[in-house]
Amino acid sequence: MENKLFVSSSPHITDKESIPKIMYGVTLSLVPAFIGAIYFFGIQSLWVVLVGVLSAVATEGVIQKLMKKPITITDGSAILTGVLLAFNVPAEVPLWIPAVGSMFAIAVGKIPFGGLGYNPMNPALLGRAFLLASWPTHMTIFKTAPTGGTLSGIDAITNATPLNVYRQAKDAIANQATLPAENVQEAYNAMSQLSDSYWNLFTGKIGGCLGETSVLLLLIGAVYLIYKRYISLKIPLSYIVTVALLTWIFGGTEGLFSGDPIFHVLSGGLMLGAFYMATDMVTSPVTYKGRIYFGIGCGILTVVIRLVGGYPEGVSYSILLMNLTVPLIDRYTKPKIFGEVKQK
Amino acid sequence: MFKKLSFRGGVHPPEKKELSENKPIEKMPPPSMVIIPVIQHIGAPAEPCVEVGESVKVGQKIAEPKAFVSVPSHASISGTVKSIDKMAHPVGGKVLSIVIEGDGNDDMLPDIKQIPDYMQQSVEEMRDRIKQAGIAGMGGAAFPTHVKLSPPAGKPIDKLILNGAECEPYLTSDARLMLEHPNEIIEGMKIFMKILDCHDAYIGIENNKPEAIRIFQKLAKEAGNNFQVIGLNVKYPQGAEKQLIKAITNRDVPAGGLPMDVGCLVQNVGTAKAVYEAVSSNKPFYERVVSVTGEGIQETKNVLVRVGTTFGELIEFCGGLKDDALKIINGGPMMGIAQFAMDVPVIKGTSGIVVLSEKQSKLPAPQPCIGCARCVDSCPMSLMPNYLAALVEHKRFDDAHKNGVLDCIECGCCSYVCPSKIRHVHLFKFGKLEVNKKLKSAA
Repeated sequence: MENKLFVSSSPHITDKESIPKIMYGVTLSLVPAFIGAIYFFGIQSLWVVLVGVLSAVATEGVIQKLMKKPITITDGSAILTGVLLAFNVPAEVPLWIPAVGSMFAIAVGKIPFGGLGYNPMNPALLGRAFLLASWPTHMTIFKTAPTGGTLSGIDAITNATPLNVYRQAKDAIANQATLPAENVQEAYNAMSQLSDSYWNLFTGKIGGCLGETSVLLLLIGAVYLIYKRYISLKIPLSYIVTVALLTWIFGGTEGLFSGDPIFHVLSGGLMLGAFYMATDMVTSPVTYKGRIYFGIGCGILTVVIRLVGGYPEGVSYSILLMNLTVPLIDRYTKPKIFGEVKQK
Repeated sequence: MFKKLSFRGGVHPPEKKELSENKPIEKMPPPSMVIIPVIQHIGAPAEPCVEVGESVKVGQKIAEPKAFVSVPSHASISGTVKSIDKMAHPVGGKVLSIVIEGDGNDDMLPDIKQIPDYMQQSVEEMRDRIKQAGIAGMGGAAFPTHVKLSPPAGKPIDKLILNGAECEPYLTSDARLMLEHPNEIIEGMKIFMKILDCHDAYIGIENNKPEAIRIFQKLAKEAGNNFQVIGLNVKYPQGAEKQLIKAITNRDVPAGGLPMDVGCLVQNVGTAKAVYEAVSSNKPFYERVVSVTGEGIQETKNVLVRVGTTFGELIEFCGGLKDDALKIINGGPMMGIAQFAMDVPVIKGTSGIVVLSEKQSKLPAPQPCIGCARCVDSCPMSLMPNYLAALVEHKRFDDAHKNGVLDCIECGCCSYVCPSKIRHVHLFKFGKLEVNKKLKSAA
């Protein structure tokens, strides 16, 4: 009756989680925001996302085929990169924009480093940075007002996204000596109206990149991710709290502690970035402390860019920059081994 | 009395205790043949002290230790010594083993009988009986018990912990022992306390064994204030020595150190019962309770079985294998060792035999690490398994040493939670081997 037995090293059982499960799980968590995007910006959102995904998957498949490497397009990571890339462009871009962006993300941001698990920076964000540097007009001009709202989320102001309004007003107030009085008055009005946009910022009835506008829908997905333990709260919380604190202290026009942290936390790509991009497993620290430092770093850079940098938006660049510090962070935040005795 | 205590990290694998937890301990008749290796413990091998052809009785010493950290072996059936040769061992490799062919009479050595007033024996007498009985820790690692009970001067033990956690999935032998033989376990504990001159004892039981907790709480009341029952969080590896000490006493055993460095001593509940039997009736360690369980076995059982019985014969006693059985593990599924063949013997550290089905046996191929940090979060030793695995893979053993590969307790949490299915423990075992080789050649 001598059966053939199977021998392997312990442990002999394993958890049901796998890379595809995690990747598809994260993709699934983005579905509410995706449906929101179609509602707010129309059916073109669907085409942008589809093109982004197809381009990412095709790029990965073709390169791996040409390099005679195992083809990994079914593990879900390319699909997720495509979705995130598409979420980071305006809904009305020409469709070649997400196609080129996803291609760059995979062909430059992921494959050359060894594919999934080895890329130092978030591929989707790298793709977005590439698009922003190459075709800034396509990437920064938002024309489509959301269904039933205005670009800024404020009824009186119709022509720019909330962060743009904020930035223009802040700059105008800072340089008021050189501007006509009515422009300055307009800027003060805009500043005072920021709080009118809270509700629209929260629900997503504002202009912006396709997937980043609705805080509510992104949070629904984030709750799922936390429930499934695909992300931990350390990075998003430390990131958001840092942004809130720093914008409260430095973000106002009437000295320290006059800023509007609620506006800053709700606007721009912060929610998408904090919950879905900064938490990317491959490009974030693995240690407990490291994840908190990483979030704080992202927060500081975001606020610096938003308040004094050249862009109204700072989330994607700050995460990309912090991605590069991850090996260093991990090295200096190694946990103390249980029972470790201090070296004399 | 009923505290919830725990440690950092850990995982929650499916418990699977229901497969065998309600099966009372069943006594298996003496097998036709036993294989008794001279190493069934941590330490030096014992030397055979019988000749081929010699007839032996149950309980007769057949191998004699030549070093302090070693234990004797005893015949577990009566019969004739058939051969003394190197044979396959359940922990791996080939080990000098004494094969006894049974005569079916099951003649006991006459020395095995109740000792009146056994608690009146001197500490030295007790320790010697434990040593002569060949008792080694029954939780799995099989460290010689008399050595543990001889702490060097200057390292007093103030807390004795009985380990009834049984955190490995599937295994239920300790759970059954606690239900069916609680008094013997308590007597064993009293013997430990007398030998160590220790006045503070705990028994740690995972909360998934409420019946055992209830029984021991009742006994604790009778035993007095110096004995506490601790209900532990159900979390693997709750029964690992250092983690158990942390959970119960909040003391950190130093890396590379032993529990006695923080005044603790941990003994498995099965060992306590064996010690009671040795001290109270001179009974050597020749039989133990083994859980035979898993999805690949016809009938799951908890069996009182003679040491040296082959896995094959024990599995036959449990109705044999199912058709799709593919993996046979000595021990539990988290730390146990998969077997090449069924002709290996049950040894003193065999707490269970888990048979897995074909579907469960084959593990998926490893994928690249995606840095999810689940291994880092789950490591009960606070290591960075992802980083260590990469170091070993690149043969950077010095760096692996610096980053604590020797502190790994091989509990398997990292590999269990890994979504990329990386075989961390496999790598760490290799890394430890290489580091120890280097340390040895440097010394």
